Amino acid sequence: MKNILEINNVTKFYKNSVKALENVNLNIKEGEIFALLGPNGAGKSTLINSICGIVNFNTGTIKINNMDIIKNYRTTRKITGIVPQELNLESFETVWNNVNYSRGLFGKKPDHNYIEKLLKKLSLWDKKDNKIKELSGGMKRRVLIAKALSHQPKLLFLDEPTASVDVELRKDMWDVVKKLNEDGVTIILTTHYIEEAEELSDRVAVINDGKIILVDEKDKLIKKLGEKTIKIELFEPIEKINGNLSKYNFTLDQTNKIISHTYNLNSNTTDITELLNDVKKDGYEIKDINTEQSSLEEIFIKLIKENNNELVRN
Amino acid sequence: MNWYGIKAIYIHEMERFRRTLFQSLASPIITTSLYFVVFGSAIGSRITEIDGINYGSYIVPGMIMLTILTQSISNASFAFYFPRFTNTIYEILAAPLSSFEIVLGFVGAAASKSLIIGCVIILTANFFVDVRIDHPLLMMFFLILTSITFALFGFIIGMYAEGFEGLQIIPILIITPLVFLGGSFYSINMLPEFWQKISLLNPVLYLISGFRYSFYEVSDVSLLTSTLTILTILIGCIIFITYTFSKGYRIKD
Repeated sequence: MKNILEINNVTKFYKNSVKALENVNLNIKEGEIFALLGPNGAGKSTLINSICGIVNFNTGTIKINNMDIIKNYRTTRKITGIVPQELNLESFETVWNNVNYSRGLFGKKPDHNYIEKLLKKLSLWDKKDNKIKELSGGMKRRVLIAKALSHQPKLLFLDEPTASVDVELRKDMWDVVKKLNEDGVTIILTTHYIEEAEELSDRVAVINDGKIILVDEKDKLIKKLGEKTIKIELFEPIEKINGNLSKYNFTLDQTNKIISHTYNLNSNTTDITELLNDVKKDGYEIKDINTEQSSLEEIFIKLIKENNNELVRN
Repeated sequence: MNWYGIKAIYIHEMERFRRTLFQSLASPIITTSLYFVVFGSAIGSRITEIDGINYGSYIVPGMIMLTILTQSISNASFAFYFPRFTNTIYEILAAPLSSFEIVLGFVGAAASKSLIIGCVIILTANFFVDVRIDHPLLMMFFLILTSITFALFGFIIGMYAEGFEGLQIIPILIITPLVFLGGSFYSINMLPEFWQKISLLNPVLYLISGFRYSFYEVSDVSLLTSTLTILTILIGCIIFITYTFSKGYRIKD
């Protein structure tokens, strides 16, 4: 699949010499949902604002559809849409005017049929004549998405799309994002909700302190960096782990009935067969077996911790 | 050229004007009427004529200039500062618009609003005094050029202001005194020689003088000097805005 976005060695300093981005390199494939993860202040918004032309970057190049975003800003911006993190809307304008205004800004001829379809798709049609100030937070978020889609972009940036929205609405938003992607829109979302990236994305990048510290497919990442825990529930409680089981680094829960062992999926051998044999050999009767895989959140926290420790060491 | 983009900004701004039409028009009409009552009737009855023109009629061009200058500046500065304040400027910056097109949309709308208000004041003035326009085309030339130039000036204020208070500082502390001291309500020939020379340093004097010439063929300075002055301010504003946009200062920091 061809790259729709190519970022090469992009660096951005703010006026007070704070380095917001440092030699960022990233390629986004056409048609994918890409999640940019990072703690607050990591540089996620600065990166997407640089791509969209909202802030100037100092060095490096950014290409959309193989075109430089500075030299060919008219062409590249026409196919790009952005949904900002904050609910930045004109409160006294109607939904209809707001969305049509955005389409005009992006150089597109008025198309009321398309805007009508878009508002219906985002469940905003019955609110089209309402002023923005009369809408709920969730509705405003949808208006921002409608504005970003008003000119039919191929590449959509969602900056923390579900920040401070309730769980139900978050699920709704995820459905909207999935539908957009099915319609062929490449989506880049920044988030610090790991479950959002886990639910939506095909690939994930982790950014910390202005640097991309990892880019990989989400499933591979979970597999590569993920640890798995096997929990064996016994019929009878045990006092202490000894005998053959002492070599496995087991932990015992408070009921003294569940023993847990953590192993890495990436290692050549997991010794699960031998482990189960040893449980049997030591005379324990197994009631149930359960395995748990580490989530993207645990991986993310681990990566950020490692990266911060490295920064402190340097 | 992104004509749809320019049109979107222009219509968006004019829509704001339409929403607040009463306030937008009522304020200049009431202010103008008050000036006529105070300067035209109360004080004017003692001054009678300047350069052969009835005092009430003489002050009309100055009053129009006063309104045009303040309205152009406040309309353009507010129009550009407001999206900065609400952060809705993000979509203007992300849109395929050049800095020239952005300026054209905002300044075009601000200048249009001022022109509408200017025309309303001319009509209002007719209720109080006889208004004669000897050179209508020249009058429109000065009216349009002044509206555009000071809308550009207002746009600069909108780019640099750090708060709503900042939008008011230059119009109140600089523009209004310059208009009052620029011969809006008198001819500089009425001043002592020293103050006449000082008045010649005031660029607004040249605008009012040229504009008044288009009405009554009387002026304090030559028409050419007036035209060159307004063009110099216009070019200065364009250069300043182009420079600021190219650096992204205060817009794309």
